[in-house]
Amino acid sequence: MNPHILIDGVGKVFHTAGRDMVALQGIDLAIPQGQFVCLLGPSGCGKSTLLNAVAGFAPPTAGTITAGGRLVTGPGPERGMVFQEYALFPWMTVADNIGFGLRIQGKGEAATGARVDELLAMLSLADFRHRYPKDLSGGMRQRVAIARVLALDSPIMLMDEPFGALDALTRRNLQDELLRLWAALNKTIIFVTHSIEEAIYLADRIVVMTYRPGTIKRDLLVDLPRLRDPADASFNALKRELGQLVMEEQQRHHHDELRMAAVD
Amino acid sequence: MAAASFSWQRAGAGLVGAIVPALVIMLWQAATSLGWVNPQVLPSPLAVVGKWLEYLLPLQPYHAADGSWLAWACSGELIVDSLGSLYRVAVGFAIGAGLALPLGLAMGANARAYRWFNPMVQLLRPIPPIAYIPLSILWFGLGNPPAVFLIALGAFFPVLMNTIAGVRQVDGIYLRAARNLGATGAILFVRVILPAAVPYILSGVRIGIGTAFIVVIVSEMIAVNNGLGFRILEAREYFWSDKIIAGMATIGLLGLAIDVAMNRLNNHLLRWHRGLEQQ
Repeated sequence: MNPHILIDGVGKVFHTAGRDMVALQGIDLAIPQGQFVCLLGPSGCGKSTLLNAVAGFAPPTAGTITAGGRLVTGPGPERGMVFQEYALFPWMTVADNIGFGLRIQGKGEAATGARVDELLAMLSLADFRHRYPKDLSGGMRQRVAIARVLALDSPIMLMDEPFGALDALTRRNLQDELLRLWAALNKTIIFVTHSIEEAIYLADRIVVMTYRPGTIKRDLLVDLPRLRDPADASFNALKRELGQLVMEEQQRHHHDELRMAAVD
Repeated sequence: MAAASFSWQRAGAGLVGAIVPALVIMLWQAATSLGWVNPQVLPSPLAVVGKWLEYLLPLQPYHAADGSWLAWACSGELIVDSLGSLYRVAVGFAIGAGLALPLGLAMGANARAYRWFNPMVQLLRPIPPIAYIPLSILWFGLGNPPAVFLIALGAFFPVLMNTIAGVRQVDGIYLRAARNLGATGAILFVRVILPAAVPYILSGVRIGIGTAFIVVIVSEMIAVNNGLGFRILEAREYFWSDKIIAGMATIGLLGLAIDVAMNRLNNHLLRWHRGLEQQ
């Protein structure tokens, strides 16, 4: 079976201040339909760059990305993105934010309204329908952002540290919600995080990335039964193993920062 | 918090604000009653209020045969002058802002439009509208046209500059989110860039109306023979200092009313905006 997302020899070079910075190098990933993949690594490892390339915001400088059999050349609603900063439109109510994608597709008011109602119920947002994003907590905002992407029935969801700014309890709550939606709706998800525990809790497959240039350091399948228990021994064994891998890269990041500071 | 409910705190704040004007008026009254100043130079507040009422009320008694009661009630000089000034502000502002808005949107959204027009804008912007008076009279003669031209000019630049800034500061994350959801071209512009720029545009509109109000008074002193600016200059020629002050007070009250109305409009249009949470 063809992979749902195929990342083939992807590289990305940024030209900044007269120097070339290699953000990504030789990334090959074949992601089957319905897989929940976490990209894990310290900041600067290019995980968000890779996600943005899949989203079509910033094309790679080498290699190709194919999603659903089609070459990615720009952003599109079949690859819905959830941002860490929520990116809700503050001038629209919750309901209008969720209905935005449907309205611009030319769906009628009746069809849009029915779909919005369904999503408001699905994400426990019904009481917030007429509120503006400024009146919502971070957790509620991220629910709206998820509903906005779900509205378009995108087969692929791209999530860029979506729960990074939330407190621990809200975070766990939304992680469970996401797992429930993922299982029910059969989405393919690429989820960027720097939290090892979050990656193990959520993912079918964890891709650990190296710090500059961003390459794949380890690509492993998580075969723990769901719902996973972070207090479980096998969960912790995996956490220790991944912790070591990530810390090596974090050290390189740290040394690089010190070196840069010395140059300045 | 229900906005309509009575609040002692708010009433108290209102009273505190009234103390300083009350003291100033009392001092002013004392200065005139005690003969510290020549009433020709500074008439008493009571004389000004008297003159203001006289200026406000119709000159002729009401005759049902001459037309409607409303037309008669609005025939007072002050009302005619105020309406004349407001009309010029409205027309001038509509023209100035109506031209500035599309140009500002184009310059803000399109780098090429910005490169083409920005040098010209930067060259013309520092020239105060007042400096155009001689040219405006030469071009448009006397009456409303030169006044409207000057007001449009005064409103044009604040609205233009703020619209450019408003479009340019739109957070890239909204654009990425909108493009991700399938928005392109005109939809992206109308449904995302424009609303995101509204706070800036509205503050430009507010500055533009303020400028228009200054310019209308000046232009009436020169090119028109009615309006509040004309009236206070005319009153000076006859040494009617009470009428000068009554005219100035009217300008102040109209300016305040416009600002309050703008504030209401702002709060309504920007009800989604974070900065207004406390209001």
